[in-house]
Amino acid sequence: MGDIFPRGRTAIAGLATFGVGETPGYSSMELTAKAALLAVEDAGLTLPEVDALFICQPDDFFAGLSFAEYLGLQPRYTDNNRTGGSAFMSHMASAALMLDAGYIDCALIAYGSNQRSNGGKLATKITHNAWDAPYAPLFPLTSYALAAARHMHEFGTTREDLAAVALAARAWASTNPEAFARGPLTMEDCLCARMISTPISVRDCCLVTDGAAAIVMTRTDRARDLPAAPVPLLGAAAATWWNSVAQSKDVTVTAAKESGARAMAMAGVAPSDIQTAQLYDAFTINTVLFLEDLGFCPKGEGGRFVSSGAIAPGGSLPVNTNGGGLSCCHPGMYGLFAVIEAARQIRGVAANQLPGIDLALAHGNGGTLSSQATVILGSMATI
Amino acid sequence: MTSPANHWREALAQGRFLLQRAGDGSAVFPPRLTAPGSGTDDLEWIEASGLGTVYTLSWVQRRPPAEPYNVVLIDLDEGARLMSRVEGMTPETLRIGQRVSAFIDSSGEEPLLLFRALED
Repeated sequence: MGDIFPRGRTAIAGLATFGVGETPGYSSMELTAKAALLAVEDAGLTLPEVDALFICQPDDFFAGLSFAEYLGLQPRYTDNNRTGGSAFMSHMASAALMLDAGYIDCALIAYGSNQRSNGGKLATKITHNAWDAPYAPLFPLTSYALAAARHMHEFGTTREDLAAVALAARAWASTNPEAFARGPLTMEDCLCARMISTPISVRDCCLVTDGAAAIVMTRTDRARDLPAAPVPLLGAAAATWWNSVAQSKDVTVTAAKESGARAMAMAGVAPSDIQTAQLYDAFTINTVLFLEDLGFCPKGEGGRFVSSGAIAPGGSLPVNTNGGGLSCCHPGMYGLFAVIEAARQIRGVAANQLPGIDLALAHGNGGTLSSQATVILGSMATI
Repeated sequence: MTSPANHWREALAQGRFLLQRAGDGSAVFPPRLTAPGSGTDDLEWIEASGLGTVYTLSWVQRRPPAEPYNVVLIDLDEGARLMSRVEGMTPETLRIGQRVSAFIDSSGEEPLLLFRALED
């Protein structure tokens, strides 16, 4: 049985980011609540109209309950799904189905973290399972390093290819006022960067920043009457193939292959139709893997694809046009920021606005290449 | 009913490296109550050969003078994949595709499954 999805019948009606970069003095929940209120305001709605909450916080396993309490809401539905940084794409799939069914009327999806100001480390209690932990892989970095090393071995991908991902991200970030890392970055900087877990160096890693993001989803027929241009959700799919990379069948192929194909089938589009892709780039290898698995280039060609300049400003497939997790922001879980950049491109309000964007893809990654979730956003012209 | 995970650890403490084998002949690790995918309970314990091949590897860097250590995924000859470390190797000598053999390191608090390179 294929996926049944209410293509275009629900939409992003409001969106906001808050505190991207460094926002000392705020708790993660305060940042999240501020982004949430801004998103509700952006939608032209009021907080009491929100009747469903979707959230995943780095430091609070009961975040859904804390969020409802903080906002003073008694939601009809609260979803605290934690599939890592892909959780927010999964939230969108759930929200779309529930909105379309009439089970809820207005979904608020939010995330926020103060991890930079509060210690400067990834704020998570998640770690490796008991079978992997005795060998002391860095969490989550070494798992990505194991995938990168195998990709290099099988396909001849080089450190220069991985650096090309970081350089493209920095090029986009350099003209985005919201981006945290806008300074110059060279190939030599990347190749000479301190190695952490081979072949991943400091310059292959996402930033550690503060930041919060939120979107409001309603049925599209309602969003039409709201002040902001609705961004319809055309397809959304999540896939899980493993938790530990030790349980992968082929560590160079992620479940993005499944989530992307399913989401695009729901949307009725092919990879060649997508005008910009926002891919969760926790590490440079992620972008390479997801470009391949989502069908933007053949398996094994991702390194050469990025080195050709395809994903950088002026390239054939603009990727992570805000600077991504590598250079814009990465407050622990980036998924919702990828969604917001895709939606901004469709609204026509992105910092690095591309001309005439009607179809954008946002892809989330969770755990150690474990959970993959893809959403396809369109303009009103696509429905 | 014995916990499969505990059964495996107790065997390791006795110097034995066990795997499970499902009804379709595939090797299973980590130990489970049911065969992954099918959910059948026809798993049987087998003695692992201990032979395998390095599928991928990473050297975790440490502040000098501490040496980097490796983290590897090993493809066991029986078919299962697991995380481990290959002892006695350097970043110059350890390669993907290296043939390895398992041994049990009992020097720590818990016995630990490790590997060493097989001579070509």
